[in-house]
Amino acid sequence: MSAADPARAVGPVGTSTERIWRRFSSAQRLARFTVYLVIVAAIVVSIQTVEVIPEFLADAPEQVADLLARMWPIDFAHYPGTVHAALTETIHIATLGTLLSLMLAVPVGILAAHNLVPVTPLNLAAKLILVSSRSVNSLVWALLFVGIFGPGALAGTLAIAFRSIGFVGKLLGEALEEAQAGPIEALTAAGAPWASRMTFGYWPQVKPAFWSIALFRWDINVRESAVLGLVGAGGIGMALDSALNLFQWPRVAVILLAIFAVVILAEVAVTQVRRRVI
Amino acid sequence: MLTLKNLSKSYVAGTPVLQDVSLEISARGITAIIGASGTGKSTLIRCINRLVEPSSGQILFEGADLARLSGRALRHARRHIGMVFQEYNLVERLTVMENLLSGRLGYVPAWRAWRRKFPPEDIHRAFELLDVVGLAGFANQRADALSGGQRQRVGIARAVMQEPTLLLADEPTSSLDPKTSVEIMELLANIAHSRKIPVLVNMHDVELARRFADRIVGMAEGRVVFDGPPAQLTDEMLTTIYGGQGWLH
Amino acid sequence: MTDPTATVAALPADPFRRSLWPRLAAVALAVYVVYACAQLEVSWERVQTGLDNAAKFFSRLFPPNFHRRDLLVKGLSESLEIAVLASTLGILLALPIGLCAARNLMPLWVTWPARLVIVLSRSFHPVIVAILFVKAVGFGALAGALALTVASIGFIGKLFTEAIEEISLKQVEAIRATGAPFASVLAFGVLPQVFSRFIGFATYQLDSNLRNSTMVGIVGAGGIGGTLFAAFQRFDYDFVCAILISIITLIMIGEVLATAVRAIFIENATLPDLLRPGAAMRRVRHAEDD
Repeated sequence: MSAADPARAVGPVGTSTERIWRRFSSAQRLARFTVYLVIVAAIVVSIQTVEVIPEFLADAPEQVADLLARMWPIDFAHYPGTVHAALTETIHIATLGTLLSLMLAVPVGILAAHNLVPVTPLNLAAKLILVSSRSVNSLVWALLFVGIFGPGALAGTLAIAFRSIGFVGKLLGEALEEAQAGPIEALTAAGAPWASRMTFGYWPQVKPAFWSIALFRWDINVRESAVLGLVGAGGIGMALDSALNLFQWPRVAVILLAIFAVVILAEVAVTQVRRRVI
Repeated sequence: MLTLKNLSKSYVAGTPVLQDVSLEISARGITAIIGASGTGKSTLIRCINRLVEPSSGQILFEGADLARLSGRALRHARRHIGMVFQEYNLVERLTVMENLLSGRLGYVPAWRAWRRKFPPEDIHRAFELLDVVGLAGFANQRADALSGGQRQRVGIARAVMQEPTLLLADEPTSSLDPKTSVEIMELLANIAHSRKIPVLVNMHDVELARRFADRIVGMAEGRVVFDGPPAQLTDEMLTTIYGGQGWLH
Repeated sequence: MTDPTATVAALPADPFRRSLWPRLAAVALAVYVVYACAQLEVSWERVQTGLDNAAKFFSRLFPPNFHRRDLLVKGLSESLEIAVLASTLGILLALPIGLCAARNLMPLWVTWPARLVIVLSRSFHPVIVAILFVKAVGFGALAGALALTVASIGFIGKLFTEAIEEISLKQVEAIRATGAPFASVLAFGVLPQVFSRFIGFATYQLDSNLRNSTMVGIVGAGGIGGTLFAAFQRFDYDFVCAILISIITLIMIGEVLATAVRAIFIENATLPDLLRPGAAMRRVRHAEDD
């Protein structure tokens, strides 16, 4: 970075110089200060505008205690019927959604990597697709797909898939851009066509990263799929939504516990697979 | 003036690494500790500033038993003991100047140190030390941009920044090439004589020890088996220290 | 003299024969897909009808309707505030908690509770946590901010702890040997080693909170999510489109700002450096995405 050397000697000529040391140059300090200023301003404005009704805040511990009391005893009997089916539906949504996103993300990720597809407009278009996919929350995607396909698991699966394209595509693009040029050069020199360069040059290098990304996203998608039902896109969220609307807190409790258990199981599964395969 | 009395250390009960070591380090100049790997040289050095906890014994330094100190008293004592490490142990992401100034952390309040507001005398001293170790102009380089020899010079400068009354060096040249090793030992000898402080160096290169040390302490199996000037170090004695015959010629 | 036929027979039959496991896994996956689709009642006709609907749906989305500007701006700024507060509070709390959870620095009785707090904070989706906070502190942005704070603690805490557990203890040892107090050992020995990663995931979390803050409103926790949901239920699809476009723009701006902050703090960039096209701002790897 261009910066005047902050370690310089000052003092009148001929006398022993008093050396000054600064950690950052003035320009660097200005930049850092600007960031601090913006952050503090944002915080101050936010605190002032967010409505905090003191009575509600003081009330909070009571409310929480009340909530916990209403949840007890936990309605475990409710589980085998609706909850279990909804839970398995959630897992299906997460898995199918992830798989679909992998299939869609690979072409987009390739298009976004400049070293594979040296056509900048295509790179930018692909990157735009990836950014939009990431920026729209999975719940919002779910809303959209419920509007198109009607309520149910299909909307949920597509929502998960479309949200994940951005994630997988971006990380895949990064892995591709960081692939070593050496093996690719060797293949090009041997006269390999583009497809062969992909299969034998890039794929072996990104394969571990690819599966790692896939596992990672599946783990997150399990969590995301659980709430999609709140907007009608299938899975356990729908059971949660009805229980909440009817104020059946013991059922809410068992549903929350079930979600928690599934999330933990998914993490354990992912850690095991990582250890063995990757 | 450092006195070790009956210092012992066992990492695993029953297998002592240091057995009843008693030494007096009062002379200025370099005292080299030599011995085969695993004979407790490094443990000895690290027990002195309590980076390793001794199992028993006394470490008398500046009127206190270092083995008994804890908390702030121990920190205060450590300020006067500078240490140079085999792998330099610089904070890689910080600049050379910041590494040097970290030698003053025992003297500067934490809040000022965090904001890098060190006293001007410290900064002045740091620049002077950079000249002494031959790294003028390197003040704002990141430590990880330096070569091994340069890093060790920074490490030595950091230790000297503490204005120590004792300097410890744990295999300071083991990671360096022969030429750089000599330069580093010259620097240490320079500091020992110009600042008139004892320098206790742990090393495995016998020739280097013979060349630069004023006193050699040989260890075998956790005990001191030789203590005297380099001239008295015979081949026979070396065999006792290191064991085996074949390596001498 | 070696027997030439012996060497020929020693070659493997097919040097490129792949092992059995990946093939089995691929078949299992295909079977699963068919099974799951059946379970979810995904049939080709449904997809077809859906695609027809999609065409109608998209025509109702465009052109986007920005007329209800006040509502839009109010919702967006509330989301922004939620994100700012959640990130600030989250970072402030995650630092000490993350530090306490580091097994290489702290004793067991300190790390266990801290790790428990972090795991719990990560286990629940922010929306679910938002529902609980709405019950506790009422509808509005406070519930949203608190819910996202919990999510931030879980995310930043976990990554911060991992970063600390990966540091080189040799550097810490050297600082201890100078007689430095504990706070200075942290400041000079630990923090420089984790600082750039910390900035990476702190800015990441700010972006993530911005994204999440746009939808906690769906359960009443403030922000543009509520407006979006209401518009949806009223079939105001052109307004929905306007809201979506605004959200995407806001998030893109957030990502640009995050890159700038990373450049300033990790690569010590100056303001002019930021304006130089591309080259000066080497992309720092994101720790995780959400």
